Amino acid sequence: MRFLQRASSALIAALCAGSALFASANELTIGLSAPITSLDPHYHNLTPNNALSLNVFEDLLSTDEFQNIKPGLAESWRNLDPLTYEFKLRKGVKWHDGSPFVAADVLASLKRVPNVPNSPASFAVFVRSIVEATAPDEHTVILKTAEPNPGLASDMTSVRILPKAIAESATTEDFNSGKAMIGTGPFKFAEYKPGDRVVLVRNDQYWGEKPDWTRVQMRMVANNATRVAALLAGDLQMIENVPTSDVKRLMGDKNLAVAQVVSNRLIYLHMDSNRTQNSPFVRTADGKPMENANPLTDPRVRRAMSMAINRDAIVDRIMETVAVPAGQLLAEQFFGTSKNLKVDKYDPEGAKKLLAQAGYPNGFQLTLHSPNNRYINDEKIAQAIAQFLTRVGIVTKLETMPSNIFFTRASKLEFSTILAGWGASSGDTSSPLRSLLGTFDAKTGFGAANRGRFSNAELDALIAEAAVEIDTEKRRAKLAQASEKAIEQMGLIPLHYEVSVWATKSNVTYVARADQYTLAQEAKLKK
Amino acid sequence: MFVFILRRLSQTALVLLVTSLLVFAGLFVIGDPVEILISPEADQIERERARVALGLDKPGWMQYLLFVKNAASGDLGKSFVYGRPALDVIFERMPATLELATVAMFISIFVGIPLGLYAGLKPDSRIAKGIMAISIVGFSLPTFWVGLMLIMLFAVQLGWLPSTGRGPTTEFLGMQLSIVHWDGLKYALLPGLNLALFKLSLIIRLTRAQVRENVLLDYMRFARAKGLRKSRVLGVHLLKNIMIPLVTVIGLELGSVIAFAIVTESIFAWPGMGKLVIDSIFQLDRPVVVAYLMITVLMFVFINLVIDILYSILDPRVRLTAAKN
Repeated sequence: MRFLQRASSALIAALCAGSALFASANELTIGLSAPITSLDPHYHNLTPNNALSLNVFEDLLSTDEFQNIKPGLAESWRNLDPLTYEFKLRKGVKWHDGSPFVAADVLASLKRVPNVPNSPASFAVFVRSIVEATAPDEHTVILKTAEPNPGLASDMTSVRILPKAIAESATTEDFNSGKAMIGTGPFKFAEYKPGDRVVLVRNDQYWGEKPDWTRVQMRMVANNATRVAALLAGDLQMIENVPTSDVKRLMGDKNLAVAQVVSNRLIYLHMDSNRTQNSPFVRTADGKPMENANPLTDPRVRRAMSMAINRDAIVDRIMETVAVPAGQLLAEQFFGTSKNLKVDKYDPEGAKKLLAQAGYPNGFQLTLHSPNNRYINDEKIAQAIAQFLTRVGIVTKLETMPSNIFFTRASKLEFSTILAGWGASSGDTSSPLRSLLGTFDAKTGFGAANRGRFSNAELDALIAEAAVEIDTEKRRAKLAQASEKAIEQMGLIPLHYEVSVWATKSNVTYVARADQYTLAQEAKLKK
Repeated sequence: MFVFILRRLSQTALVLLVTSLLVFAGLFVIGDPVEILISPEADQIERERARVALGLDKPGWMQYLLFVKNAASGDLGKSFVYGRPALDVIFERMPATLELATVAMFISIFVGIPLGLYAGLKPDSRIAKGIMAISIVGFSLPTFWVGLMLIMLFAVQLGWLPSTGRGPTTEFLGMQLSIVHWDGLKYALLPGLNLALFKLSLIIRLTRAQVRENVLLDYMRFARAKGLRKSRVLGVHLLKNIMIPLVTVIGLELGSVIAFAIVTESIFAWPGMGKLVIDSIFQLDRPVVVAYLMITVLMFVFINLVIDILYSILDPRVRLTAAKN
């Protein structure tokens, strides 16, 4: 027992004191929360891979911390007509091997993207709309699409540009071995140990602002508690995805700094709005199968469910204030959101009345399904929701499972109500509108993740119009209108937006990014 | 002996076939890898393309037959996640796990047996009681908690040892090893100790029990009565006789240390195979999981074979040809 006492007093002391070990000032060691599966920037579309490749490679266009598009390898871009984009490339940019960056590199990279063998999550969607790519001179690229694609600029922030020779011949294996890791980015590749770390060194020829670090180690430390401990021990100077339970404590430590921002990930409930009867996990109030109705198809019932949930309590107690209650598809500062949409007030009495109006004065029975290892505190949130719903008469049971089982079954429409999350990587509402709320149809590509099969013709029309609207302001208005329509119908019940949190030693600053990317370039040494 | 080994090998082939079938079917039932691997924003066309690219569009039985056909020629398939041969992905991580297992077994054996001997020979002394108390703690505390405490104490608080990760590696006998230098070895001490704690306790208790039983036997009295030196009585007569159960347990534990070091590997961010296989299960990366379990089966079979051979060396009464079952 003495060992126990000592160990726990050591823990407490450690928490109070922190530690003041710093590595050499120009070296940065970052703790990543998820493994990098491949260094090939066109192989596996996955946040950790995409963030890492941005240290070495660049896109035609890049994004700031709020996902606004800004120039990258292209200095400027414009529409010559609704079907034609012209990109003017930056001059004087050099590849890491010293050769100059030219338009032919861009064309070869665009060509490689859809043709990477065995890719489990391809980047092909970002170039699919392009029917012709040409280069009238060494520093101009013209992209033509078959239909107007206002998202093309955004697509061009997801396609890493490679040197022509590499784009034409390199295999995924060549990137993992480091042979093909030649980009234009702020860091050069030095070393990769799968499952362990990636080492980068500063690119002194970089065209933009030079990084503060001569050498950066990206270490994969998946366990949350360990990552925090390694930061306290000084082995890491910066970590991503700080667990919610540690955020307050780390903020109180004067040796550390915490950076956080609302992410583009929404946590929501999706309801079976497809089957008009016999929804698999809906029962009448006395437990019989509901043979000729499905309350979840009624927007009033869905609104009542939304009003029954106390989002502030969930954010406050379960998320320890590291989340923001949600009233629409993305937080208000993102493109295509609506100022008119507010978070539904917690109103259990109103919810009961609405249920009675919809013909369910005695409520009904429901089973909520949720993953238990995918989103921050997913299982606990689902527990709270089941209790809130039960209080207004929708007696809710909860079933949770690992995400590998959950998503397979959810996509087969085996559930009646699910808790899930959606990260809009493009930073605008077009992605959740199209994939979560558009009518499921393989031809249009709408509704690929619409596991409730919500369908509304007016909404589909709005989404389709926004998808070809080149004028930015008109498009913003169309998307806002579509968001309003979707929430009016309660195609999904928004719960909260996750907040991304980074912690650093106090001599390092990081600007938190909505896209959740950890970029060594954006970490600065405090002077 | 030759017949014995031959029979073992043929049994192994059968076990491998059954394992692969079970794992294959199990993962097939759990879920669809594309749902996990693909970017959620991908549309239906993209999902279908990925399914075809990974060969998942074919019926399950055909996928299995293709797998068996390729496996017969030594190709266990390409990892869905990494896009590289599953065996390469695993072997790349193997040295890290092997050296962690080595450190852990080294600690367990060279600390455990002497402590167990002492506790068995002087069961009533205070030190022996202390040793036994520690072994109970080692048994009962959960590995992940002890791991975090070790980090808090030795890395955060005292700052003596690095908290996580694997140290710099050097080429040694064709493998990238970190424990041949102090710079790398110091990274392996905390995870090694954490992994060893349970085995250490097991070995202490087992050794003690064996010693207590054996010191009362006639051969020990006889050896003492003959006036042999104490070191010879303990080091040769006693040790050799208590070794058979110890070797069995150490062998099996070595297998489990290598195959199931997952908790320690994740707490200490140790880039070994255990971490890999858990990630692969979550991502339904079937080629890696199947290949990993087949390697594990082979390893256990091999360790058991070595143990059987060791028996015959330790105890001449054991004849390998007699081990028909």
